[in-house]
Amino acid sequence: MTRYVLRRLAQAVLVVVGVIVLTFVVARIVPGAPAGSWAGPKASQAELDAVREELGLDAPLPEQIAAYFAGVVQGDWGIAVHTRRPVLEDLMDRAPASIELVVVAMLFALTLGIPLGLLSARWNRKLPDSVVRFGSVFAVSMPSFWLALILQLLFFQKLRWFPVAGQYDPNLDYTHPLMQYTHMPIVDALITGNWWVLRSALWHIVLPAIVVAAYPFGVITRMVRASVLDTLGEDHVRMVRALGFSERSVFAKWALKPAWNPLIAVLALVFAYSLANSFLVESIFNWPGLGAYAAASVAALDTPAIVGVTLFIAIVYVIGNLVVDIAQAALDPRIDLS
Amino acid sequence: MSTAEPVVETGERTRARVVGVLLSNRLLLFGALIAALIVLVAIFAPWIAPYPEDAGSATHPEILLQPPSWEHPFGTDQVGRDVFSRVLYGARVSPAIAFMVLAISILIGVPLGVAAGFFGGVGDDVIMRITDVFLALPALLLALVFAAVLPPSLWSTTLAITIAWWPWYTRLLRGQAASVTGRPFVESARALGVPNRRIVFRHVLPNSLTPLIVQASLDVGGIILTASALSFLGLGAQDPTPDWGLMVAQGQAYFQTQWWLVTFPGLAILITAVGFNLLGDGLREILDPHATSTFMGRKEAP
Amino acid sequence: MSEAAATTAVETRLALRGLQIAFGSRRVVDLDELDLGAGEIVGLAGESGSGKSMTAMAILGLATHLGATVGGSIRLEGEELVGAPDRRLREIRGRRIAAIFQSPVSAFNPVYRVGEGFIGALRLHGADAGEAKERAEVAMREVLLSPDLLRRYPHQLSGGQAQRVAIAQALALRAEVLLADEPTSALDVTVQAEILESLRRVRDEVGMSILFISHDLAVLAELSDRLAVMQHGVVVESGSTGQVLGDPRDDYTRELVAAVPKVGEGLVA
Repeated sequence: MTRYVLRRLAQAVLVVVGVIVLTFVVARIVPGAPAGSWAGPKASQAELDAVREELGLDAPLPEQIAAYFAGVVQGDWGIAVHTRRPVLEDLMDRAPASIELVVVAMLFALTLGIPLGLLSARWNRKLPDSVVRFGSVFAVSMPSFWLALILQLLFFQKLRWFPVAGQYDPNLDYTHPLMQYTHMPIVDALITGNWWVLRSALWHIVLPAIVVAAYPFGVITRMVRASVLDTLGEDHVRMVRALGFSERSVFAKWALKPAWNPLIAVLALVFAYSLANSFLVESIFNWPGLGAYAAASVAALDTPAIVGVTLFIAIVYVIGNLVVDIAQAALDPRIDLS
Repeated sequence: MSTAEPVVETGERTRARVVGVLLSNRLLLFGALIAALIVLVAIFAPWIAPYPEDAGSATHPEILLQPPSWEHPFGTDQVGRDVFSRVLYGARVSPAIAFMVLAISILIGVPLGVAAGFFGGVGDDVIMRITDVFLALPALLLALVFAAVLPPSLWSTTLAITIAWWPWYTRLLRGQAASVTGRPFVESARALGVPNRRIVFRHVLPNSLTPLIVQASLDVGGIILTASALSFLGLGAQDPTPDWGLMVAQGQAYFQTQWWLVTFPGLAILITAVGFNLLGDGLREILDPHATSTFMGRKEAP
Repeated sequence: MSEAAATTAVETRLALRGLQIAFGSRRVVDLDELDLGAGEIVGLAGESGSGKSMTAMAILGLATHLGATVGGSIRLEGEELVGAPDRRLREIRGRRIAAIFQSPVSAFNPVYRVGEGFIGALRLHGADAGEAKERAEVAMREVLLSPDLLRRYPHQLSGGQAQRVAIAQALALRAEVLLADEPTSALDVTVQAEILESLRRVRDEVGMSILFISHDLAVLAELSDRLAVMQHGVVVESGSTGQVLGDPRDDYTRELVAAVPKVGEGLVA
């Protein structure tokens, strides 16, 4: 098992290195971008040159990459231009908000997706199946930015049910200030017993989480359905039927357990995917997470920040894939890892 | 599961199966209808749209921000253009991008992937590592980064998305090529001295066709969503091009009171994506029921 | 086409009459008559697509599950199975009619230990926990396997072992009829011999009737008392094994018999 893990880890590292090189090269395509953004639009040529030198932009590309890489490994991810702070610090600041959002979104997606997927498999080819399948395609085809706006319109504008900006009511910072441990308001509020912030935070997370949950919901529903149907067609299910087990028992006990495997595997990937695609949602809901940071960096052509975010997300992705591989191998007694 | 084969000819059986699936699969039918509708709208937009000039540079400041009415079923936008006409014309933009992206991705992916899978060796490894790197990032992010450094236009969006998409096809074709190449009959063909070119064209390519079609049809929806997201961010089509994503972005400022500016273009994106996704799903069921088509390289739902 | 009356009158356990199985308008089985007597091993020969497996599925009452319509009569000791309520069929499945299939290892659920389904089935049909465990162990020994194997996962068993566990299941459940659908086709010849031996023992010791379905005439020749040949869903010939193979009356049967390579024949000058 360890050998397998190590091998996958080595592959992962290789990929991450490749990603660094790629984003670095891309980000440098635009001439003058990093220096220009840093020095400001009115900088003179001399100032630009000075900034260039300071930021190390006049060195040949491979050297820059090497220097960056050395820095990354030591924790120095450069200074973000649009915030003037170390990129890594920015990322660490923003990450918890995104994680919180995606975790809640995944909970929504799972709570709804698994039962519906099972329903769909149970009533295969009948009406409930068609309805659920349509629903999941619908969810997967949803433009997130549009859904975000529509939900805002409906539930905030018209119905006044849910708030639409930020993680919780900013006034609470004065009346019931929150002690920050994890920088995730919901978690922090829970552990410090700050019920006012908790309530506000929960209320604030609902709409953005629904939007982020749409795609995972569609994927999960389909995966559960497919996995269960696949399993139902296998030889061992025929055998337990032949042994006299009822259809309900076949479904609930014998088909379900092997069916979980592919699903669990996919979860980590879906999580990573949602994390990376939360840009638009975060901007529209003013959610202070990675996505908003990435969008702002792109808008400002902030190279260190762009590279930093891309690197971060690539790492998350790679870890996600790794987790999936290892989980699959661990859960399936058939897979021999030696 | 049952080993009873029918007492009927195979060809007949396949035909019967396809028809059966088509008819009984209302979802596929629905998707095909929507997709066909979108294509028709795209082609006949100039004739259907009540105000074709509004899809261009015409502006009518005197009737700006009007709510939906008989003259303007979707209302008018912030410079007085008929939203309905613009939405209709928008049907030309998205599928065009999707088509271009897929065409280029396939043009790159097929030779590259087949070469990697068929010849194997170092070249295979190198190509695979490169695709690994590209695939290590979510498509939107990658496309975003590229689109950001290029001057905003439809072309840069297309290019950016293509850069994010080509690895999938390389991977797909490589897998197909490798699996066909591994089969005993290819080994014997090689041993017999059959030229590689013939093996590739006669055996590898035809076998790869089906998964390719399935994957492409499934991707259309995804590309349309990605393209509209990029346009929404301002990185794609610029005014006055009637791009749906752009229209949503432009309408955002007025959204709270003039809801029609955002609702209809977005609905168009949704419906188009649903249509093509249903179509892709249905095609997969018919052509390749046990396809390991992928969600980021993993087994996805049929 | 009719039964040869060569054997002494044997109590008929399973009687199929006018069995018709169809998928929509496509008929896959049109079987006039097939009997399985107590303690008999009847072979059902034919190529793929002849309808043999669907016949087995219908006997188990699982044909409708696959989408087929079943007409005619299948009587288990006088009780009509076609059209019987599902609850009754479930009581019969496993308990009175058992089945083993072609791919032995994949017949067991990969994420459960082999014994779980086994003992679960025993308990399902009325045994309590202790009794189930005991019967399982006894049955395992009957097929010359250590009961410890029950604690293994399917992939940890060889094909031959897995198939014998399946046979043990039928034994432990005290089934009267065993449907064996190509049980040795996926196994090596030497392992095959072991399985056939287990089946013979099972028949000899508890009088289980076996319907042995196979495309392999050589195996059928060795094991079955009587033989029926199916083609395109119809029984074209039946009778005692010796008679069907030695003096086939139907053309198709003749072809099949001629196609079997006879080991050792013609080698000696």
